[in-house]
Amino acid sequence: MTTPNSYRAQPDERGHFGDYGGRYVAETLMPLILDLETAYRAARADPSFAAQFDDLLEHYVGRPSPLYHAERLTEELRKDANPGKGAQIWFKRDELNHTGAHKINNCIGQILLAMRMGKTRIIAETGAGQHGVATATVCARFGLPCVIYMGAKDAERQQPNVFRMKLLGAEVRAVESGARTLKDAMNEALRDWVANVDDTFYIIGTAAGPHPYPELVRDFQSVIGREAREQMQKRTGRLPDLLVAAIGGGSNAIGLFHPFLDDQDVRMLGVEAAGEGLDRKHAASLAGGFPGVLHGNKTYLLQDEDGQIAEAHSISAGLDYPGIGPEHAWLKDQGRVDYVAVSDREALDAFQLLCRTEGIIPALEPSHAIAAVAAKAREMNEDRIILANLCGRGDKDIFTVADALGVTI
Amino acid sequence: MKSAASATDRDTQVPPRDRLAAAFACARDEGRAALVTFVTAGHGDTDANLDALVAGGADIVELGMPFTDPMADGPAIQAANLRSLAAHTTTADILAVARGFRMRHPAVPLILMGYANPMLRRGSDWFANAAREAGADGVICVDIPPEEDSALGPALRDAGLHLVRLATPTTDARRLPTVVDGASGFLYYVSVAGITGLQQAAQDSIESAIARLKGATDLPIAVGFGVRTPEQAAAIGRVSDGVVVGSAIVELVAKHGGDASGAITEYISTLATALRGAR
Repeated sequence: MTTPNSYRAQPDERGHFGDYGGRYVAETLMPLILDLETAYRAARADPSFAAQFDDLLEHYVGRPSPLYHAERLTEELRKDANPGKGAQIWFKRDELNHTGAHKINNCIGQILLAMRMGKTRIIAETGAGQHGVATATVCARFGLPCVIYMGAKDAERQQPNVFRMKLLGAEVRAVESGARTLKDAMNEALRDWVANVDDTFYIIGTAAGPHPYPELVRDFQSVIGREAREQMQKRTGRLPDLLVAAIGGGSNAIGLFHPFLDDQDVRMLGVEAAGEGLDRKHAASLAGGFPGVLHGNKTYLLQDEDGQIAEAHSISAGLDYPGIGPEHAWLKDQGRVDYVAVSDREALDAFQLLCRTEGIIPALEPSHAIAAVAAKAREMNEDRIILANLCGRGDKDIFTVADALGVTI
Repeated sequence: MKSAASATDRDTQVPPRDRLAAAFACARDEGRAALVTFVTAGHGDTDANLDALVAGGADIVELGMPFTDPMADGPAIQAANLRSLAAHTTTADILAVARGFRMRHPAVPLILMGYANPMLRRGSDWFANAAREAGADGVICVDIPPEEDSALGPALRDAGLHLVRLATPTTDARRLPTVVDGASGFLYYVSVAGITGLQQAAQDSIESAIARLKGATDLPIAVGFGVRTPEQAAAIGRVSDGVVVGSAIVELVAKHGGDASGAITEYISTLATALRGAR
């Protein structure tokens, strides 16, 4: 394999990240995603679009999010590290965004695009409900009707977010087909879109789906990495040595990683959900899957030998998806980003560790990243810097965590 | 060496008769549209259901390959997919069904229809060769548009199989040449923007679409999605080369379970009769 001149030049004009990505959709949707691509190119070339996006991120979302030096966590991990080991840990605080996660960055970008295209109705899929809440939020902000598809199983385990979406004026449709989780919600959203091609814009929540979604979601989320790069240089005069982020579809991770991809000395680690273990039920499509085609793109998928999609499992509803964004599939094959998997149990331990050492209740998704950070920090020298994305806050997860810890609230 | 050897093989092979072209030509000679029918493999007694389609007067048979995530399908075919997979239908089972059909019905064209992932899982060449060896005449893959043709199209063409493409109400004049380029067998006009089995298209929209498609291709045009009644089939059959019926048959299988063949034959013969009297 040859090393590309830049890791930041993907995808190609057909939406391919190497062999991955692409536009694997039914013909009915093909003209729509071609229109979307044209509209996106025009928006990117229009300074007023960027100005509007930046303005909303600053005054509505609350960006830039802080870069935080987690000194107590750093010290805690040094206690059982070898002398001289125990890297400094820093967090990009995207859990402080309006709506409590990174998802809103992308939703702001996509709804501005929807309005540029003259669309009058918004649909979205959601797993944990964070993308659904973020979508319902921007729809309320701009006065557009909104339908959120959510697997019935997810709707049961994320009741607070279902109620939030309803408060924001969204219609939440519980999806009873298939495994009743995120992938089924995405199927149902695609069925809606194919039947409402004239007025409807589909706000996809992660850096996956048919081209140009993986590219545009990445671009909207890259505000995370751009800010972090600048903040880190200003605070420490240097770049971090290691970036860490949790991966379901991979939007917060690609948002953090992408601006650093050509910084050769910055290593990167994506953290998948190992669920009950990689030999049991899990959601780690890179570690346990094979390339295939689902939901409009070619990528690593959990599947059987006949290409039937397997059901994913993670304690974190936001990571409970049998696929992954195509750019991560490419970065894995290129060897530019390392990927590991963290179990439910390890994520729960990391969740509690952060609560106690830093006074931050993280979502279960970034708790997976924190578990990997804890392991890596102990192996790295004290003068090294790890930057992890704290992509969501844990309010939504307290019932799940209580249940897992055997506590009755 | 390799190409020379395969060229020799090809030369010595008797070219398979183009069953699809023959079926459309036969219907045209009889002054009617061809009846194209669909069932999901592994849903009910598939062998008996396929025989029932032919007995009722179907000209072309589509065998649906079940997939866990049939995102272009409505409730009836979704449920059939999941029921088939719950009964542990494998790709090998589907190919065995096709092989059995080919032995029992040497002249009836058989199309495998489904989604990309099960077709690509072992590689496109593997699938194309397996489909040909099982006796299929062509393939419809819902989620491989012309833009991704290289994923499957070349393998099908090398294997001598038709790649049937879909055109839809959103396929505008600018895009139509792209869709037609590389298509073969027939062009499947999806008459409504939507999923299978629910709404039906207005007749005048179908007529104007067919006129548009005829301007872009010499392939036969078959119209499907939402076609249920003999009256609808007749109205469409007056202007198209073929009429496709799927969900209504799958619903009969759901209703009658393993004993659906009588009901299927009866239903198909009402459609066939309607098409014969349509023009």
